Amino acid sequence: MNTKTVNQKAWWLVAPVVVLVAFNAVIPLMTVVNYSVQETFGENVFFFEGVKWFEQILRSSRFHESLGRSLLFTAIVLAIEVPLGVAIALTMPRKGPWVSVCLVLMAMPLLIPWNVVGAMWNILALPDIGLLGHTLNAMGIDYNFTRQPLAAWATLVAMDVWHWTSLVVLLAYAGLSAIPDAYYQAAKIDGASRWAVFRYIQLPKMKRVLTIAILLRFMDSFMIYTEAIVVTGGGPGNSTTVLSIDLVKIALGQFDLGPAAAMSLIYFLIILLLSWIFYTVMTKDEQS
Amino acid sequence: MARIGLKNVRHSYREHPAADADWAVKRLDVEWAEGSANALLGPSGCGKTTLLNIISGLLRPTEGAVFFGERDVTAAPPDARNIAQVFQFPVVYDTMSVFDNLAFPLRNRGVPAAEVEKRVREIAALLDLEPMLMQRAAGLTADGKQKISLGRGLVRDDVNVIMFDEPLTVIDPHLKWRLRGKLKELHQRLRPTMIYVTHDQTEALTFADQVLVMNEGTVVQSGTPVELFERPRHTFVGHFIGSPGMNVLPATFENGVARFAGHVVEIATPLKAQQDGARLEIGVRPEFVRFAKSGIGVRILKVADSGRYRIVDTVADAEPPATATIIKLLVAEGTALPSGPAFLKFDPAYTQLYVDGWIAG
Repeated sequence: MNTKTVNQKAWWLVAPVVVLVAFNAVIPLMTVVNYSVQETFGENVFFFEGVKWFEQILRSSRFHESLGRSLLFTAIVLAIEVPLGVAIALTMPRKGPWVSVCLVLMAMPLLIPWNVVGAMWNILALPDIGLLGHTLNAMGIDYNFTRQPLAAWATLVAMDVWHWTSLVVLLAYAGLSAIPDAYYQAAKIDGASRWAVFRYIQLPKMKRVLTIAILLRFMDSFMIYTEAIVVTGGGPGNSTTVLSIDLVKIALGQFDLGPAAAMSLIYFLIILLLSWIFYTVMTKDEQS
Repeated sequence: MARIGLKNVRHSYREHPAADADWAVKRLDVEWAEGSANALLGPSGCGKTTLLNIISGLLRPTEGAVFFGERDVTAAPPDARNIAQVFQFPVVYDTMSVFDNLAFPLRNRGVPAAEVEKRVREIAALLDLEPMLMQRAAGLTADGKQKISLGRGLVRDDVNVIMFDEPLTVIDPHLKWRLRGKLKELHQRLRPTMIYVTHDQTEALTFADQVLVMNEGTVVQSGTPVELFERPRHTFVGHFIGSPGMNVLPATFENGVARFAGHVVEIATPLKAQQDGARLEIGVRPEFVRFAKSGIGVRILKVADSGRYRIVDTVADAEPPATATIIKLLVAEGTALPSGPAFLKFDPAYTQLYVDGWIAG
């Protein structure tokens, strides 16, 4: 005989979470899905359009170009921030009073709001009065991020590296700190070189935190909006118009809600897909 | 392989050691013979790991010198000392196969590939690691990983000493026996100098030919397992080794005669001179106490069964019950306990007198 008590009242305990998730994730997402399949006119008139917007977005060269810029930006930023972050973490002191000094210094950029970072770099890079811009021009380098696409890109990349490398540093440092001394002692006894210690002890032990660091940096840099819009506004021309900036232009600039919704969903699925690929590749060994 | 010597070694983790307690290891002179199996036994915090790190070169002693054979290696770093170490928790290179783990120390030293292959296969066979040579080291059980750690030491033929820092801590009990037997077997076949640090007396006594017992930074006794058992030099050794430990009874000594609770006790090493003001104790192991027709009159307090023996707790009649010292003795299974008044006799050959904790004579 089954004597297990089934208490249906327990559902009430999960109700708050269900409400919370519904309001901050499910309902907004479903609203977007709703827009993505309809044409809107004024006064809340809707026509069902099926997958028309999706087809239009996927075929448009404008979308392809924005997507290409986003992918390129993410690739550059990851290629710089991950190795640089690991390198900084390796050189940070392991004990002593300097540990907290380093940690606070590293955490500082992370605490600054995005738009403030954008404003800081905008002013810093101004070719006539900005410290960086003026210095570069004084050194004979022709630099003007409001007119040269290459300079705009360099400025955005430098800003992102300044803002976010710390995150990789902190995560990598946490991973390094968790390695027991015995591993280093064993490596010394085995006559391992500095490179071998990194390759066979530090890197494998940092793998989990680096997976997290790469995923976070991928998602954040792929969705970068605030800093870029403050510094370059997507220009000069369209040269720094990444997906998020393009999306806002379509949705709020042109008020094309249907195509914007379809683009949001595609954008979301790309992030989901790439995150899944990263995660699967990086944790492949643990599962086998 | 080499003889390992410590001369006048002292170590402190403080910058300016002043008090006696500041020294983690107090003045030591030790020598381990070439090809010997040694144990370093002591409770947690007695300085044995410090000593191990001094030998391996991970720590430089505050004072004194370390010798490998005739060579003074005090200033040499670990990689210049040619030692091997097995740590408390298994250290393996997770991303490498078992084969690559074993080959790692050889490859780092530029040994030719053919020679590496030969040595690795040889050692893997000794350690029963052959079936999993191509597996990833991360997938092995704790005892397998400890074998890899040991193997990385054994593959090198230039190793001066192999050190073990409580290597069986994380191993399952039934595998501990197997691994310990394997260690002993390897020692007999390859004759490396081995130093085995542990707080477990069974491990130390079964593994080593020579056991160094440490307490509070000093060596209390160095000897064979039999010596430690039969003639503990200090009451600490008497307590620490043996289960149950040695009986330590308050004693007096007058006119060449030792007494406990008013009874004359015959001892193996009588005092030569009167010791005024010193703490005197008689030490006798439960194994060397037996019931007799006459002797020290006692009451039986408790009997505990421990398999082949019963452990009997008694107290002397002559002692005040509140402060009486318990005298333990072992009685073989099946032997009757005295029903009426009981008397104890100590075996004079194994009964020692201790002055302030140290053996007399």
